[in-house]
Amino acid sequence: MSQIPALIPTSLLLASLVALLVGLKSHRAAHLIALAGAVVAFVCSLLGLQAVIQGDGEAIRYAMGAWVPPIGIEFVLDSLAAYMVTLITFIGVMVLIYAPRSLAFETPGRQGMVYPSMTLVLAGLVGMCLTGDVFNLYVFLEIAALAAYALLAIGDRGAPVATLRYLLFGAVGGGFYLLGVAYLYFAAGTVNMADLSMRLPELMESQAVIVAAVLMVVGLGVKMALFPFHLWLPDVYTNAPSVSAGLIAPIMTKVSAYAIIRLFLDVFPPGFFTESLPIATTIGWVSAAGIVFGSVLAIAQHDYRRMLAYSSVGQLGYIGLGIGLANPLGMIGGLLHILNHALMKGLLFMIGGAVRLRFGTTKIPEYVGVGRAMPWTMVAFTVGVLAMVGIPPTAGFFSKWYLLLGAADAGAWIWFAVIIVSSLLSAIYFFRVVEMIYRDPETDSAVADHEPREAGEAPASMFWPITIMATAVMAVGIFNVLIVSALLERIVAPLGG
Amino acid sequence: MTSRFESVFLFVVARAMVPLIQVFAFYVITHGHYSPGGGFQGGVMLAASIILLRVSMGDESYERFPREAGIVIAGFGALAFALLGFMSMLFGGNFLEYALAVPGMGADELRYWGIFFAEVFIGFLVWGALVAIYDALETGGVE
Repeated sequence: MSQIPALIPTSLLLASLVALLVGLKSHRAAHLIALAGAVVAFVCSLLGLQAVIQGDGEAIRYAMGAWVPPIGIEFVLDSLAAYMVTLITFIGVMVLIYAPRSLAFETPGRQGMVYPSMTLVLAGLVGMCLTGDVFNLYVFLEIAALAAYALLAIGDRGAPVATLRYLLFGAVGGGFYLLGVAYLYFAAGTVNMADLSMRLPELMESQAVIVAAVLMVVGLGVKMALFPFHLWLPDVYTNAPSVSAGLIAPIMTKVSAYAIIRLFLDVFPPGFFTESLPIATTIGWVSAAGIVFGSVLAIAQHDYRRMLAYSSVGQLGYIGLGIGLANPLGMIGGLLHILNHALMKGLLFMIGGAVRLRFGTTKIPEYVGVGRAMPWTMVAFTVGVLAMVGIPPTAGFFSKWYLLLGAADAGAWIWFAVIIVSSLLSAIYFFRVVEMIYRDPETDSAVADHEPREAGEAPASMFWPITIMATAVMAVGIFNVLIVSALLERIVAPLGG
Repeated sequence: MTSRFESVFLFVVARAMVPLIQVFAFYVITHGHYSPGGGFQGGVMLAASIILLRVSMGDESYERFPREAGIVIAGFGALAFALLGFMSMLFGGNFLEYALAVPGMGADELRYWGIFFAEVFIGFLVWGALVAIYDALETGGVE
């Protein structure tokens, strides 16, 4: 049990390395190994989650190589980390089950190297969540980012250029973060998070610490695609293969958001992001701008994936708004939205891939008749849409509800209005797709019939992950009280209230 | 690389240099755990020797060091390193603690050999990865 914090990332790393060697000969075997690694990591995450909940939020601490922190690197599995790694590994398992058929269609002949990269992305992301060391977080951030560039660049014709732009943005973001860590180390003499949180209260006036905080938040903001830094995101998601987008869109940007929340709650002293520096408020305002901007631009898109990408810009704003509110209810909303949005966006990207497999298109106007050809997949799609718009009892409603409560609590009425308006905007852009899907080409002469490449539902290996994700969207909505009381309330305890 | 620059000097000097570079690389790797050097530095030298072969011999070098070898060596090195870390977990220690139960060996000696093997595997990893990067750049990434 005490080995769990190390087992989660290392099982993924091990699977990635074995899959790399095996993938030279057979991509099927590589797929099975990658899937096995992800399943092991998911089971370990669940065990860890259970241990943390039963231990009343007591963190499981793990010294890598038995070097005692703060000299060695420490892994900390606390409520927040357990919440994140369970989510990441769950999405990883689902996407890995889904992957082979979609990849065979979209990127034939290149599957061998995809599976090691996918597990490496997962390993990097769980590492970011588990580590208790701000420098080690940077290392895992780069592991995840480099593997993600490889995954995203194998897509359509525009993918290499879009990914190169992401690489430049990502390198700048990572560099800002690293520079911030360096300043923090100069000021406090340690990079261990627990140690930092002890030493930083005395150094709150230090200019080095102020610069460090700003640099780290800006760097992570670029990685998170916070509003003015979102420029890389739409092109990357539009050109990536459905599998890469389905893996990276739900979790990659969220983990950077997690890192900001971790810095906010556990590393810097209470009040540092809210009273000493207006960091939280700034994040809140740019997020509010991003919500409106992303939602409006999503309405203008004709490509399904591009619409989802802009919708992601908006949805990430909700998480940023949760950080910006900086009160327990708002933060619970932001954290819950990490989970909800990961499930919803993963679901919608997976459905996009399934439709592409059957119909060979990603253009929304060509989606006519999809509803009749793939009825059950479209039921899942409708669940995803209802969740994105925020209709109870789907998951999306509750995170917005907590955010609204938080905004009302803080008296932030402009943000309150932004949340409501953007829900209406997302209803506009998603119901446009729903309308296309359920149009009947035989009775409706205004639309041309679009013949499917192959008839029928998506193949079972794609259909079941989609179904499970749709069920999870419902389940998280219905059981959100359990999640909030068992985990999230404990996480936001440093905010008081 | 499709053609090579025909030069006797280049060819002879490269052939003489490669073994020397490799011997020195092994020295750097195997002494890395108690003196300056180590897996990274030695691995880079090993990779440099292979790249020197690639540059001087052209296509012939692929017969001696095939294109896939780079990624295989890198994968093997990383995998062996990870297994070394896992082994100590099987014996109840932490990841990479080198807490194996080897009869007749104290904790200090275990750590000595643990770091030694870690350096060797890192050497393999860096060697293979750099050659693989060179090969990928040379062919423009086309498989």
